Amino acid sequence: MSFRPIFEAQPWDDVKASIYAKTAADVERALAAPHRTLEDFKALISPAAAPYLEQMAQLSHQLTRKRFGNTVQLYAPLYLSNECQNICTYCGFSLDNKIARRTLSSVEMLQEAAVLKDWGYDHVLLVTGEANVTVGVDYLEKALRTLRPHFAHLSMEVQPLDQADYERLISEGLNTVLVYQETYHRDDYRKHHPKGKKSNFNYRLDTPDRLGRAGIHKMGLGVLIGLEDWRTDCFYTALHLDYLERTYWQTKYSLSFPRLRPAEGLLQPKVEMSDRELVQLICAYRLLNEEVELSLSTRENPVFRDHVVKLGITSISAGSKTNPGGYAVAPESLEQFEISDERSPAEIAAMLRRQGYEPVWKDWDATLVGLPR
Amino acid sequence: MLNKNLVIAGRTFNSRLFTGTGKFSSSELMEEALLAAGSELVTVALKRVDVADAEDDILRHLSHPQFSLLPNTSGVRTAKEAVFAAQLAREALETNWLKLEIHPDPKYLLPDPIETLKAAEELVRLGFVVLPYIHADPVLCKRLEEVGVAAVMPLGSPIGSNKGLLTREFLEIIIGQSKVPVVVDAGIGAPSHAAAALEMGADAVLVNTAIAVAGNPVAMATAFKMAVEAGRMAYEARLAAPVAHAEAVASSPLTAFLD
Ligand code: SF4
Repeated sequence: MSFRPIFEAQPWDDVKASIYAKTAADVERALAAPHRTLEDFKALISPAAAPYLEQMAQLSHQLTRKRFGNTVQLYAPLYLSNECQNICTYCGFSLDNKIARRTLSSVEMLQEAAVLKDWGYDHVLLVTGEANVTVGVDYLEKALRTLRPHFAHLSMEVQPLDQADYERLISEGLNTVLVYQETYHRDDYRKHHPKGKKSNFNYRLDTPDRLGRAGIHKMGLGVLIGLEDWRTDCFYTALHLDYLERTYWQTKYSLSFPRLRPAEGLLQPKVEMSDRELVQLICAYRLLNEEVELSLSTRENPVFRDHVVKLGITSISAGSKTNPGGYAVAPESLEQFEISDERSPAEIAAMLRRQGYEPVWKDWDATLVGLPR
Repeated sequence: MLNKNLVIAGRTFNSRLFTGTGKFSSSELMEEALLAAGSELVTVALKRVDVADAEDDILRHLSHPQFSLLPNTSGVRTAKEAVFAAQLAREALETNWLKLEIHPDPKYLLPDPIETLKAAEELVRLGFVVLPYIHADPVLCKRLEEVGVAAVMPLGSPIGSNKGLLTREFLEIIIGQSKVPVVVDAGIGAPSHAAAALEMGADAVLVNTAIAVAGNPVAMATAFKMAVEAGRMAYEARLAAPVAHAEAVASSPLTAFLD
């Protein structure tokens, strides 16, 4: 059993047509429903829902408070390497970009970690490109071993791995894996990933299944907004989430909605998503799923971030550097993408408090899965 | 999703009303009522029938082509006993379908979740199509689904209580996350309860006492048949829920920053 047959039973053009055919009555029914279905979700992300945005926001706010209370989790990315053997048309680390490559040593990891610890972080997201010789599973295992004593919660956003590799890393204390499909549009996916291991659409699509079977504690999904029609892409994300929640029901899930940002040598987004539309999407996800974590990165600007905290977001990053060594070791190296919110973690925490939210720095402990501290 | 037939373990059912065979005043009346109910799956208690006797009164009245038998293990108290009973039923009644019931508590007949899970795992391994009777416990339902049961049968309220869907909140969670059909079993005392279960998305209901002990069991069976059809139709047609949330927008809009 995997997601693929479910995915293939819903062709892109049909899904897209049915989203755009939704009417105001469909939206009203979705808003009023006690439990919303994937059809309701289509209505909520459809153009027909635009006039209902304030209502969606109010509801999303209520539901999020009901489930998450007045808390927002904080995390920071820790870029370990910008080496990459893939070509992704939207990424600064792409193989064909002539930039200086760098992979952190254990000593350097600890230097970076010290800065983040100092800022108060207990949850870091380890990020690499895909370069199996230099940053393969052995390297990732070493990174987890090096950093685990210093953080309560370790997440990873790296290349898709085999199930056995995930099992190995989980036993080292890996708690969360983020793996974005980028786009669920097969042809477009090929266009944006012409070379390298990442060009294998199916292997990527099956990754959450491998993670689920490996028993991961938490998993993050999403698409890169800007590659294809965002409504259709995000419907597939919701479909994927629905399947995963039913199948790997002991795993927690989070969703992200990265909007394409400028980066070295990169294409312009094919599809522009307005702030208004991103708010619609955030609320629609919340209205579909009261439990899922919704995460926002520093790709978004401060004004936007300050406001969407109330609309359903439960986890945000702050102070992020998107280059390896960016915090301490090599602040000037090339970033994966430009960030839009330069405020420090302390400033973000203060902003959250001003809005009546408690910034949560620690929300996990390896001892809960039987690992020594 | 519309008009999707109920399929359990590869078998398609036209009727979403499953029935029990206990508590009728006679086997003739039982037969007449179950035919009126349009039932295709009827559960028989192994303890009630004499499987060695081809002329057993209950079994004889159930020998209609539209009835499939679902032997149940009512009376066993442990997983071990259930597995033994199941094997007996399979051989005698020539079906590998089984309603797994383990209730060590003779007073309320509440199912034992631990023994049920153990037995289900073993029975699936032995090739049974297992439909476990359980409390409306969402986590247990997922655990059972993982060991390979063909459907789950959470209770609406205690067996024979006719109190309806007292476990509604939990049934909603179960229905919301289940990958196998959900058959609400036990406690359904009136056609309106059955309709409500189907309206909220249950795949089927199993009714026994409410039909068997009604003043007119045949008429009551007909009423249940109609209620189940109405409930399912309402579910498929998408209920217009109360518009509780569509009230006026709060005074400080959350999206004004977008203007
Ligand atoms: S998105 Fe990831 S895989 Fe693609 S080029 Fe960038 S770092 Fe490499």
